[in-house]
Amino acid sequence: MRSFTYEKAHSPAAAASAAVRTSNAKFIAGGTNLLDLMKLEIETPSHLIDVNGLGFDKIEPTPEGGLRIGALVRNTALAADERVRRDYGLLSRALLAGASGQLRNKATTAGNLLQRTRCPYFYDTNQPCNKRSPGSGCAAIGGITRQHAVIGASDACIATHPSDMAIAMRALDATVQTARPDGTTRNIPIADLHRLPGNTPHLETTLGAGELITSVTLPKPLGGTHVYRKVRDRASYAFALVSVGAIVQRDGTGRVAVGGIAHKPWRVEAAEAEMPRGAKAVAARLLDGAKPTRDNSFKLALVERTLAAVLTEAKG
Amino acid sequence: MKFDTPATTNPIDQLKIIGHATSRIDGPLKTTGKATYAYEWHDVGSRPAYGYIVGSAIAKGRIASIDLSRAKAAPGVMAIVTAENAGKLGKGNYNTAKLLGGPEIDHYHQAVAVVVAETFEQARAAAQLVQVSYSAAKGSFDLAAGRDGAAKPPGRGDNQPDTNVGDFPGAFAAAPVQLDATYTTPDQAHAMMEPHASMAAWDGDKLTLWTSNQMIAWTTGDVAKTLGLPKENVRLISPFIGGGFGGKLFLRSDAVLAALGARAANRPVKVAMQRPLMFNNTTHRPATIQRIRIGANRDGKITAIGHESWSGNLPEGRPETAVQQTRLLYAGENRMTALRLAMLDLPEGNAMRAPGEAPGMMALEIAMDEMAERLNLDPVEFRARNDTQVDPEHPGRPFSRRQLVACMKTGAERFGWSARNAEPGKRREGRWLVGMGMAAAFRNNLLMKSGARVRLDRSGTVTVETDMTDIGTGSYTIIAQTAAEMMGLPLEKVVVRLGDSSFPVSAGSGGQFGANNSTSGVYAACVKLREAVAQKLGFNSADVAFSDGQVSSGNRSVPLGQAASDSELIAEDSIEYGDLAKTHQQSTFGAHFVELGVDVATAEIRVRRMLAVCAAGRVLNPKTARSQVIGAMTMGVGAALMEELAVDKRTGFFVNHDLAGYEVPVHADIPHQDTIFLDETDPMSSPMKAKGIGELGLCGVAAALANAIYNATGIRVRDYPITLDKLLHRMPDA
Repeated sequence: MRSFTYEKAHSPAAAASAAVRTSNAKFIAGGTNLLDLMKLEIETPSHLIDVNGLGFDKIEPTPEGGLRIGALVRNTALAADERVRRDYGLLSRALLAGASGQLRNKATTAGNLLQRTRCPYFYDTNQPCNKRSPGSGCAAIGGITRQHAVIGASDACIATHPSDMAIAMRALDATVQTARPDGTTRNIPIADLHRLPGNTPHLETTLGAGELITSVTLPKPLGGTHVYRKVRDRASYAFALVSVGAIVQRDGTGRVAVGGIAHKPWRVEAAEAEMPRGAKAVAARLLDGAKPTRDNSFKLALVERTLAAVLTEAKG
Repeated sequence: MKFDTPATTNPIDQLKIIGHATSRIDGPLKTTGKATYAYEWHDVGSRPAYGYIVGSAIAKGRIASIDLSRAKAAPGVMAIVTAENAGKLGKGNYNTAKLLGGPEIDHYHQAVAVVVAETFEQARAAAQLVQVSYSAAKGSFDLAAGRDGAAKPPGRGDNQPDTNVGDFPGAFAAAPVQLDATYTTPDQAHAMMEPHASMAAWDGDKLTLWTSNQMIAWTTGDVAKTLGLPKENVRLISPFIGGGFGGKLFLRSDAVLAALGARAANRPVKVAMQRPLMFNNTTHRPATIQRIRIGANRDGKITAIGHESWSGNLPEGRPETAVQQTRLLYAGENRMTALRLAMLDLPEGNAMRAPGEAPGMMALEIAMDEMAERLNLDPVEFRARNDTQVDPEHPGRPFSRRQLVACMKTGAERFGWSARNAEPGKRREGRWLVGMGMAAAFRNNLLMKSGARVRLDRSGTVTVETDMTDIGTGSYTIIAQTAAEMMGLPLEKVVVRLGDSSFPVSAGSGGQFGANNSTSGVYAACVKLREAVAQKLGFNSADVAFSDGQVSSGNRSVPLGQAASDSELIAEDSIEYGDLAKTHQQSTFGAHFVELGVDVATAEIRVRRMLAVCAAGRVLNPKTARSQVIGAMTMGVGAALMEELAVDKRTGFFVNHDLAGYEVPVHADIPHQDTIFLDETDPMSSPMKAKGIGELGLCGVAAALANAIYNATGIRVRDYPITLDKLLHRMPDA
């Protein structure tokens, strides 16, 4: 771990401007991901801006009938919130499928969205990795790729986004509110927050320099049946091989987002039009253009089969 | 004490304390955080500095140069030790690869430097400034590719690379029912919770190492040999060990680098191996490719059984002896086994819990299931028909005790085995395909010389000292039970001190030999102490009873402590074995039963019930024995379903080198586990009449799961671990 300086931010605007004032600065909230990465020198910020004191720890109703979730709301609190459990069951279930109780107690809503990949080559600083060290190459391509992306990947990076929560947020069409160094704020649809790797896998989101997530807003409840199904090698405390988050309405229409297969939460709105026709049709559209490796081609069948199980479960 | 005739009645047979379910006497220390693990000796010596290990970034080749200038200039740095400045180092008898590499590199993450600084954080930061330039060489990293070039390894005693009895090829070819199948097991990591850790302090040329080690005498010797010291100048202290599973049988780099770092920094130095190095710097259970051929008559009698195993290791490394059980487990007049060893440049392969039998049984017990199906026999019945009460290679040599059939039949009854549908893929409960599987359990019982010292003080307290270790197994408790039983004391009047090289040399912890041998050593020392007590108190030692803290004979009864009223009484002895293990085959037996569900859509596998029935001599403490067996069953679930060191065959290292990437079972994976111990004593094994059990509980578990998966789905997977991707393409439509 490199030495770093530290400050506690007192307002979002101050945090955002501190982040551009100091070169190589990072925000820290729960720290469940960042600190591990710093110990391994995968992340080497020279300045940490602690945003824990900013008070974004409330879940409030919005005038539109949705919920505004403070960026600092811990995963445990969010999963347990009565309104979330009642109206956004998908989100609660996705959260509880992730990490462990201890980690969820600490991890925040914004931090969860911004967590970094678990690609083992990213975690080994002896190995080339375009995400960790742009231009160095990708050791995962041609290596051990059972966990890696099957769609939307590039010749520079085949990593996946590890979040469960983000899959639910994507299916729910959440929006992300931010504060920028110039004092302005903006709304980012969740679909636009995460990037595909392309030639710049080190750029994982569309957040600008110093831009700070302050809340995540859920639109008004969609109703329907909410199912989150995470498929993994052990029963708990493992990243998804594939996860499927779905909201299914009584008429068979609905939404579906998939985790474990891409650099971002994977949702193809056009595929959802196929939902009444069943999992096979949805999966075909959803996975159109997939380029799996030999190690992970099973994920294509797994997505379809898991989705079929989810749709069956939703029918009750 | 020489143990060369079968045990007769002795004080252990009173079973006042031995044989009773007893909580760990060290439990309160552990649950209150007071047990001092290797990294936690906060109150000894002067304040230590901290060492951080730098691991090689290549698997094979040479260090071209090392630039230490930036690291040396970093805050707090006191010393950096590399092969270049460490002075001449030897290599331990039990090490294959050097523990400090350079200029030659033998494997990925082989230590190439240790950075010593005032604080852990400074050492860690500086370690990342060490600039090593490598010149990489081409290595061999693929066992399957190395299979054809694999050589016959040298034999060791009874373990010869090739065994042949009768005419295997002829009998196999003539057998009306045949199986010829190949199975693979992956490289596995011990993945214990406590990493390798040591603190070293020098006093002149005398070294003390507080460490985490299973085999104190082996390792003391290897420290001396590696550092070029006389053995008596090395003291090892390792009273508590946070898991080892064979990974801590040997001297490892944490201890060597702590010693070298302490010498260079002129300060005590602590080194805990960082978790990301734990998978490539250390040893692991090597992968195997196993070909099994079984021929049988239609009545289910095996006429030919052959087992070949290929594994890989570094030059001078040993093979994984995965054929071991096949020499002994089932009858059959014509038999062969063969071990072949490929040279690989992966990290060192070595012992992990039940080396040999654990991976061997993973394969053999699937083969037996497949064969039972071909014969249209129940798997229990097929195994029972091929039971043997003698060593099948040497029919004149009986087993000392062998209750395999009783284990299987008891287990079948208790588990409800008769409810199993022999036709696979037929039991569906909601989204689950449900199956049952079983396997035999087998592991040899090893006899090792083991010593102990016992001290009696005037309060009537007996203190046992032996370099035996407790790796979470319960050694403290069974040793206390032994001394208490022998000396007629309650458990509270026995103090046990372990894991110190200044104590008499014990068997140590490994190969499930610890419990039987170390308690037998304590038995021997207690026999001597009883004689000394009787003599001191003026009794005729032949007819003295030790009970309730009293020594009595006839009408006379004296408190035990009185024998030490003027000075402590000390007795030391060891158990040494004659040739009973040559005349009688000593093995432990069991049966594993598993019920599990396979999700019809995703092929996720979730275990529902498990049962192990064991017949392994006298159970000294049913509570700690059960704990060993359910822990082993858990490890077997890991082996069956998830554990695999993933080899990057291009660059030669285990990619999944942390506990997120190398998955072992979590609580949610483990259902209700039952254990049954058959009533057994084995007078051939030792005066304790006990045998090993900690590894038996693992051997066969994974195959029982594999067989249950087959029963649930009709899909036979012969390559471990059985992950859902190996089933998915053959699963029925949901």
